[in-house]
Amino acid sequence: MKTKKRWKKDDTELTLLALPSVVWFVLFLYLPMIGLLIAFKGYRVFAGHGFVYNLIHSDWVGLKNFEFLFKSNNITIFLRNTLGYNAIFIILGMVIPIAFAIMLSMLRNRFASKLYQTIMFFPHFLSWVVVAYFLFAFLSTEKGILNNIIAAFGGERVQWYSQAKYWPFILVFMQVWKTVGYSTVIYLASITAIDGSLYEAAVIDGATKWQQTKYITIPSLTSIAIIMFLLNVGRMFYSDFGLFYQLTQRIPGSLYNVASTLDTYVYAALQGNTPVGMTAAATFFQSVACAVTILIANGIVRKIDPESALI
Amino acid sequence: MARGKKDMDENDSGLRLDRIKPATNVFFNAWFALLSFIIIVPFIFVIMISISSTKSIAEHGYQLWPSEFSLAAYAYLWGERVTILRSLGVSVIVVVLGTVLALLLNSSLGYVLSRKSYKLRGFLVWLAFIPMIFNGGMVASYVVNANLLHLRNTIWILILPICASPFNIIICRTFFQHTIPDSVVESAVIDGSSQLRIYAQMILPLSKPVLATIALFTAFGYWNDWFFASLYIADKNLLTLQALLNNIQRSIDFIVNNPTLGVSLMAYKASMPSEAVRMAITIIVIVPIAMAYPFFQRYFISGLTIGSVKG
Repeated sequence: MKTKKRWKKDDTELTLLALPSVVWFVLFLYLPMIGLLIAFKGYRVFAGHGFVYNLIHSDWVGLKNFEFLFKSNNITIFLRNTLGYNAIFIILGMVIPIAFAIMLSMLRNRFASKLYQTIMFFPHFLSWVVVAYFLFAFLSTEKGILNNIIAAFGGERVQWYSQAKYWPFILVFMQVWKTVGYSTVIYLASITAIDGSLYEAAVIDGATKWQQTKYITIPSLTSIAIIMFLLNVGRMFYSDFGLFYQLTQRIPGSLYNVASTLDTYVYAALQGNTPVGMTAAATFFQSVACAVTILIANGIVRKIDPESALI
Repeated sequence: MARGKKDMDENDSGLRLDRIKPATNVFFNAWFALLSFIIIVPFIFVIMISISSTKSIAEHGYQLWPSEFSLAAYAYLWGERVTILRSLGVSVIVVVLGTVLALLLNSSLGYVLSRKSYKLRGFLVWLAFIPMIFNGGMVASYVVNANLLHLRNTIWILILPICASPFNIIICRTFFQHTIPDSVVESAVIDGSSQLRIYAQMILPLSKPVLATIALFTAFGYWNDWFFASLYIADKNLLTLQALLNNIQRSIDFIVNNPTLGVSLMAYKASMPSEAVRMAITIIVIVPIAMAYPFFQRYFISGLTIGSVKG
């Protein structure tokens, strides 16, 4: 029953308006998708020719690049670290900010609450390069304040940057330090948007503050929590590169096992002379794995609660 | 607790129950004060190191209150002002150009996608949406940027790859759909205004809140980026401040190896208060963020709320 309408002057104008962005999308997002073909090629650079020529004239090698990748010993370390840290970040990134947001919303003093938010949000605007300097000021073996304190109490100075056992905790702590304010503010915004009459009714029924939190606040946050969860799960195979690379001072050998992720591997490979095909295989795997994860997660959410699904 | 009395004085008990107990309030405040302290202390610490004398650092390490103060690090940076100011210049150009471009690309496509009658709308929604699920990844982007678009060692590599973003486009679209009634746009069309004119003269002025938020997050994103520079920029003249900081971390001797003054290398090295200098550059990178931050703080929160509107 829908009649096909004619193309109007409006449509031409809107197309022109969209054109610059569309060109941008093609150049910076869609061409790389085609570039993923490198993962199936023995990509070679022919002197004097451009990228397209090289891509076409390189031999197809099927899944050889993937074979190499998954046979290398370290891939299990990269995968374990990438997925493991992300799992921890996702869980902590949900529990801690929700708890903080609820606590902030209960503070009696509005000004204090705003002040805490402002301060906690700030690290979001710092780069990992800067944060790495902060951390160095604490952890430097010779000069760092942590070792100074240890030494003042007569302890032995710790070589933080070469002791792998500390780093899972340091990395997790710093990740939380930098991101907790941002997520807290997002959840707090959702709490502020909850209909106040719900609480009034609960108070009249004699609900305690704890009961109000349990039966009103937390259920009201599920929708935004699910969206955040889906967005994060969709990046499960990616890691926050700067966190691992900068904080560890460029991943020294002694920290390789605890701080290497798929992204640090790819970055190192791009800077070194690993064949580009194998590195491309790693990123192809990342992209596909993430797309599949987010679609599955979204499918599950849709089954349980269609309203909260992202797609 | 107040259940038994609820019929007698519900207003009163409502007021009282709606608040947390004074003891809890004190506890929460103490908790957030502690958290804020943990966030702030690294800043103060780094400032203190930057104004410590070389002797004080050599003898006592990094101290929260240096035993000897000195502005040598800043004096040294003043001597290196050519390098610093050049990097600052690059950073400012990247931030300004990038933010303007980002606003234009995001808002124009966002507006087009908000026009329900537009014929290609469905197609363009998919075009913008697919990259949120699936992307080419680091290697393919690298090859496209470097070998096909030839952006290596140009200022454009610092600007173009991160200027538009599917996420911001969706935020714009949602904002336009919710705040600007269709009838307003339609009547303008009937009056003979072109879409470009409607976009530039009606939509943009009405969208200041959402544009301000996107501009701020984008500007901070550009200011903080070191990753693109580290992958693509070898030209010293194109280093942003963050890239400079990153390079110094990579080799503390970077400035020493690139003296802009005619001093001999050894004398130069000896005169360089290196540790304080590193922290001083960190301060120079952070100060603009810290100064801008309080003024724009309200936009972050309102912007995050806009972003959470699903549509």
